Amino acid sequence: MDRRDAVKILLDARDGALVVTGLGSPSYDVHAAGDRDDNYYLWGAMGGAALVGLGLAQAQPEKKVMVITGDGEQLMAFGALATIAVAGPKNLDIIILDNQHFGETGMQASHTGRGISFDKVAAACGFAEARELRTLDEVAALCPHLRAPAEGPRLFVLKITAENLPRSLPPRDAVFIKNRFRSHLGAAG
Amino acid sequence: MAAAEVIHSPKPGKARDLAIDWPAELYDTLKLAGVRHMSYVPDAGHSTLIKLFNADPDVVTNVLTTEEEGVAIAAGAWLGGQRSVLLMQSSGAGNCINMLSLPVQGRFPFLALVTMRGEWAEFNPWQVPMGKATQAALEAIGLTVLRAETGEDLVETVAQAATMAFEADQQIAVLIGQRLLGKKKW
Repeated sequence: MDRRDAVKILLDARDGALVVTGLGSPSYDVHAAGDRDDNYYLWGAMGGAALVGLGLAQAQPEKKVMVITGDGEQLMAFGALATIAVAGPKNLDIIILDNQHFGETGMQASHTGRGISFDKVAAACGFAEARELRTLDEVAALCPHLRAPAEGPRLFVLKITAENLPRSLPPRDAVFIKNRFRSHLGAAG
Repeated sequence: MAAAEVIHSPKPGKARDLAIDWPAELYDTLKLAGVRHMSYVPDAGHSTLIKLFNADPDVVTNVLTTEEEGVAIAAGAWLGGQRSVLLMQSSGAGNCINMLSLPVQGRFPFLALVTMRGEWAEFNPWQVPMGKATQAALEAIGLTVLRAETGEDLVETVAQAATMAFEADQQIAVLIGQRLLGKKKW
């Protein structure tokens, strides 16, 4: 599955969802689909994406929050899945773009190609829903489902092709994207 | 449990003894500063404050598997317009270092209350290295680190730190001296 196509399908149907991205390629994929005020791109803080999403979901319970991150980024915060499951937000969806490799550092194989399945881990933690998707048709079918109310946090693993696409670079200025994001929600600087 | 049941309340008209009742006073101080969100890795020294926040229906709390989770959660809460505080003990400060690049680089308000181990009447030698390194490590990544050794000083320090964090976009850790917490019952 092509990662940019998959992310574009998800974001074209985001329907007001606030988006947080994990460092590296997921940030580039989301930016390539169109830079927006309601995207918060991480350029570092590896392991933080889903948790930034949790804090945001708790502060904005009326909004949907979608975290788009990679397998390597989420592997660094394995325990975060337990914390999120216990917190139980009904407005948080985690999308893991899983190429089974550390793509930014030379395509070394990651744990997800060696028996670790995030959907199974999330299900064991108590996520309301967790499954693996392998085709763009399945991603398209997921979109209306994401807009429907959830019973708790959900996690979807998108198995994508391991390749380094041309970078589509979001702003590096973390203060700028923070203030832009907060202004979108009506908060002061 | 209602918050009132766990607050060590003095009789009406009698001021709290901050040498003992500083956790309840800290709770009031943080609520007054607009904090409605809290994450924690438990510590005996934070137990009363954790109980008070967990019993408060107006505050969202998260129990963490490791301290750096709370750094990212606090940043997310601020993106959504909430003021968050992180409670941990000094042994968790080292876990946070790389994640602190998020509030430091993004200039997010950040307020952590850190109970100290390994510095005063400590019985566990394994607590000493991180206790010694806590202030230096947090300063090295760019935080402002403040310390308090008495209840009165702690409440005043946290009140002003909350102003500097949430009004002036600063990243602050307040270290609560182990001398104030007292010797751990073993």
